Amino acid sequence: MKYKVILPTGMLVASLIFSGCGQKENAEAEQTPPAAPAAADTSNASSADFSAAVEQYRTFAVEQCDLFVKETEKFTNAVKAGKLDEAKKLYAPARAYYERIEPVAEALGDLDPDIDARVNDVDAADWRGFHRIEKALWEDNTTAGQEGFADQLLKDAQLLRAKIETIDIDASLMVTGAVELLNEVSSSKVTGEEELYSHTDLYDFAANVEGADKIYEILKADLAKKDPDLEKEIGERFAALKQELDAFKKGDGYVDYTELKEDQIRKLSQNLDALAEPLSNMGKILGV
Amino acid sequence: MSDQHQNDNDNSIMKKPMTRRDVLRLAGTGGLGLLLGGGAIGSLFKIENNRKANAARTDATGSRVPFYGQHQAGITTPPQNFICFAAFDVTASGSKALQKLFKTWTAAAAAMAEGKQVGEESGNLNLPPVDTGESAGLNPSQLTITFGAGPSLFDDRFGLASKRPPSFKDLPAFNGEQLEPQWCGGDIGVQVCADDMQVAFHAVRNLARIARGTAVLRWVQEGFQRTAQADPTGGTPRNLLGFKDGTANPAVSSAQDMNKIVWAQSGDGASWMAGGSYMAVRRIRMRIEIWDRSSLKDQEDTFGRYRASGAPLGSKNEFDPVDLNQKDEKGNPMIPADSHVALARGDGSIQMLRRSYSYSGGIDSKTGQLDAGLLFISYQRDLFKQFVALQQKLSKSDRLNEYILHVGSAAFACFPGASKGGYIGDTLF
Repeated sequence: MKYKVILPTGMLVASLIFSGCGQKENAEAEQTPPAAPAAADTSNASSADFSAAVEQYRTFAVEQCDLFVKETEKFTNAVKAGKLDEAKKLYAPARAYYERIEPVAEALGDLDPDIDARVNDVDAADWRGFHRIEKALWEDNTTAGQEGFADQLLKDAQLLRAKIETIDIDASLMVTGAVELLNEVSSSKVTGEEELYSHTDLYDFAANVEGADKIYEILKADLAKKDPDLEKEIGERFAALKQELDAFKKGDGYVDYTELKEDQIRKLSQNLDALAEPLSNMGKILGV
Repeated sequence: MSDQHQNDNDNSIMKKPMTRRDVLRLAGTGGLGLLLGGGAIGSLFKIENNRKANAARTDATGSRVPFYGQHQAGITTPPQNFICFAAFDVTASGSKALQKLFKTWTAAAAAMAEGKQVGEESGNLNLPPVDTGESAGLNPSQLTITFGAGPSLFDDRFGLASKRPPSFKDLPAFNGEQLEPQWCGGDIGVQVCADDMQVAFHAVRNLARIARGTAVLRWVQEGFQRTAQADPTGGTPRNLLGFKDGTANPAVSSAQDMNKIVWAQSGDGASWMAGGSYMAVRRIRMRIEIWDRSSLKDQEDTFGRYRASGAPLGSKNEFDPVDLNQKDEKGNPMIPADSHVALARGDGSIQMLRRSYSYSGGIDSKTGQLDAGLLFISYQRDLFKQFVALQQKLSKSDRLNEYILHVGSAAFACFPGASKGGYIGDTLF
């Protein structure tokens, strides 16, 4: 490229010299090493006794699971009896019990996909569970042909109930589980991708939040000892999110996801992020 | 920066290592809106002064631009290669939450400007890392983070209504603009610039993370200009219409000029803004496809300059003075009266400091055409007497309007600089 500024000779010479120097300057990148972390603390729940909290949470999970089996049975009975409207009505409320304890169920391997896989989560031949039936009820508007899936779903729910007794719950699972519940909301519920056919996403949204809130409630005394500001902040943001959700209540449940406006969805998502950020620091109770 | 002002007194330019590109980048940063106008009167003087001002950064600070100082960095700082601009809305209420946000942001921004992470890691494996990590090991790359308050921050939410500078309000509607809400406004504007895009993005991401629960992102726009690697000769940057963009910026090395043109003064109506500056931001989409099928003659008549050299029509060299009285053999003005350069230059009485970047936003999903253009940014002492006055003129008659569309708009009152121990915005509260 031709350089067209007319410069006084001295200045031009100077700038040519500088040109060279400048390149060198630019090339000398300063390296600032990242701040070295303090000595890594890998201690888990060992520094404090969380056995009471863990027992409290186990009781909650078992309770929810009992109700899940009971309500799922009502739902599958309606499907098998060909009662389309009743089945549609029972679908979302039954799932809420599952959504509250989802991280626990996920810890049990194959059970989560068997119960809760969405259309592309698994190979078509293996697809079963709630969402398989959801598609029939809402998209095909029929219960026909769903009897087998209904029976299988109930069996899977009962298996979950049996296995939950054996699961090894510790405080670390609770802490990460609370964040996972909100991540579930963030990645699929708030976007309306979870309930593709029934649009009952807000039921799942609320249930995930309730599940996370339960864990926070159980651990909050320990957290307050470690970081009272954080404990308070999380409490306030749970309250703000629940208030936000309340605006979408309709009867015993929630409005259809398709009724939400874009800015309402964005606000729900932002309130969720505002909560999940401090909640992700609840692990402070586990060490350091 | 006060450091730079001190350096201004040093006349020995031989001591300032600096690329010619640096000189011109500084002199020639401009925005499509208003910049192509300036004549060459004083431009040599300007280049020399800018050379001196710019030298401060390479001499003393290496790849760092000091965060603390009389003025915020990122205004008279020579424009870096990249920008990541973020507008935020405050969701919390009460001035206490707002102050806390600015305090936390200040600490994080000062650390990042030093090339450090935003906080010290605890090492607790049960916690997410404090810093998001993608800038670890990178030098700060001239990172500057410049904060400003939008007119909406002075509503009734934070008790700041009485603090709103009388001359600071929403920009008026301009002829022909088609503003899209997703590119407009914001309670707080943050201009992040760096010579490395990852460093700039890291800063915006971490500021947004810190703000969670207090403020949310409203819009984000990344931008670029040609880099030092791409143009080691340091020519004036070209905009996406292919024309050299910028010559008329005032010399940032002249404290007197900056006080007159850029920095708000204590007597201007809001004492808390003394040493700050008012920023106008416009997202200007270019009608690339239409421009590309315009004849070279049309293009040059639109700008009032030759595309190849950047010289004003009828002149030979880029920095030749813009002579609006020059006529061709038929007696018509060489530089059309409605050309961009003629209008933007005007009588030369309105000046501002422009700091624009090109942007590319993929394609317009409706038309399949490129969504690209200019993220115009200007700094001035008075938003209405400078930016608005000139933009009103341009929006009415500029020949360039056929090829551009203003789709985004925001204005921010950029705080004075913070001193160590203080925080950005502390004069406001």
